[in-house]
Amino acid sequence: MKKEDTPQDLGPLGKITKEVCYVVDDSGNYSTDLSNGWEVKSKALDAAWDDIAARVASARQKVLNQEASPLLYFMEVKLMDIPIVAAYTGFWKWQVKKHLKPAVFKKLSDRKLKKYAEIFEVPVEDLKTMKGHEG
Amino acid sequence: MKVNFEHLQAAHCENGVTTSLLRHNGVEKITEPLAFGIGSGLFFVYIPFWKINNGPAVAFRTRPGLIFKRTCKSLGIPVTRKKFSSKEEAARILDDCLRAGIPVGCQVGVYYLTYFPKEYRFHFNAHNLIVFGKEDDQYLISDPVMEQATSLSSYELERVRFARGPLAPKGQLYFPSEKKTVTDDQIREAIVTGIKRNVRDMLRIPGNIAGVKGIRFLGNRIRKWRDKMGQQKAGLYLAQLVRMQEEIGTGGGGFRFIYGAFLQQALAYHPMDELMNISKQFTRSGDLWRNVAIQSAGIYKGRLGSQQDFDVIGDLLNEIAELERNAFEGLSKIKWHS
Repeated sequence: MKKEDTPQDLGPLGKITKEVCYVVDDSGNYSTDLSNGWEVKSKALDAAWDDIAARVASARQKVLNQEASPLLYFMEVKLMDIPIVAAYTGFWKWQVKKHLKPAVFKKLSDRKLKKYAEIFEVPVEDLKTMKGHEG
Repeated sequence: MKVNFEHLQAAHCENGVTTSLLRHNGVEKITEPLAFGIGSGLFFVYIPFWKINNGPAVAFRTRPGLIFKRTCKSLGIPVTRKKFSSKEEAARILDDCLRAGIPVGCQVGVYYLTYFPKEYRFHFNAHNLIVFGKEDDQYLISDPVMEQATSLSSYELERVRFARGPLAPKGQLYFPSEKKTVTDDQIREAIVTGIKRNVRDMLRIPGNIAGVKGIRFLGNRIRKWRDKMGQQKAGLYLAQLVRMQEEIGTGGGGFRFIYGAFLQQALAYHPMDELMNISKQFTRSGDLWRNVAIQSAGIYKGRLGSQQDFDVIGDLLNEIAELERNAFEGLSKIKWHS
């Protein structure tokens, strides 16, 4: 990449810090330059976040339809999958899988609910109802 | 307590931590490209049956931790590395180091890294930063991807040091354990070791998923993505590829530009025309990777989407594979004088 081609399309990171790029001059010699962001990258990031928003909305609908427990919704909000939830809570993966069923979730002890509430950073009451998290 | 330490911005976090810690230890001639090249940082792998964040598992660089380990080893510098099961002990040992005047490299997760923009905070656990002091409850942080040094409260630092999930850092910290002078001859030899190892990783790994063969393999897969998963999902997959390739830490062009810079800096230790020529091939390769990103963006922005548009990416990746194969073959044929 030529130095004059260093992209300067202000992106989410550019507002906080510029990033180092390695660039060449006309004779191909390297130096570094600072970039504010690149539209190609910001759009890739946007695509990822649009997908996350869609997954959150679909999880929410599944919870409302009683096809999944509210854990699914909060997992999507926190970008977590079952192995990550298991790693943070200390539950086994098969336990988390079971807790994703509405019937099992309803019978969970307060102690277990509290663990989930902690990693999802919400009060236990919100965890049960998704209240205050209407998207 | 505060270690006398100079913050240094780098393209890539582990290169940056390695460079800063080595410079602090008196290896003044080390630079980010040298650390990356001596650590044989350039790589490619595409693991078809794995997914990361619901997208393809692609890496443009070697496994986290190896650059620091290999570079220090090649330069004859002993390293201390510790993991912890107890958060209290992890904090205590860190404080002990700071009190002893040692800046410390830490592996952290970025999901809870408060000074990162929200858009960048995924569950990625192989970020690296340096802790170089503590004032009241605030740890002083030199994060190589940031322009300025920053800080984290002890709770915030504990949280990122003990992020969970894949590649969980487990409080891991590391630093060179002895101050040693490194001679030009040592650097000269380390460069050769680094290049030879990189030739091996890019050309000689059996199977078709790693090295230049992996690039070709990914190209052939991408040609089929549109039919296999539909345009929407294929676009998301391409977006993830672009993020791995261009995001913060890569220096652009999937680390290819940093490697080109490395070969040029190697010239100072091995004056050979081949190095300059091969450096230019990596610049060309990085530029082609950037074209892959631009073409992919056309697809995930919805401007492009025909089978032909996917084939363009496949063709570009074939060209890149051939170019990088040539470049590494060229490196493997160099007769080093030492």
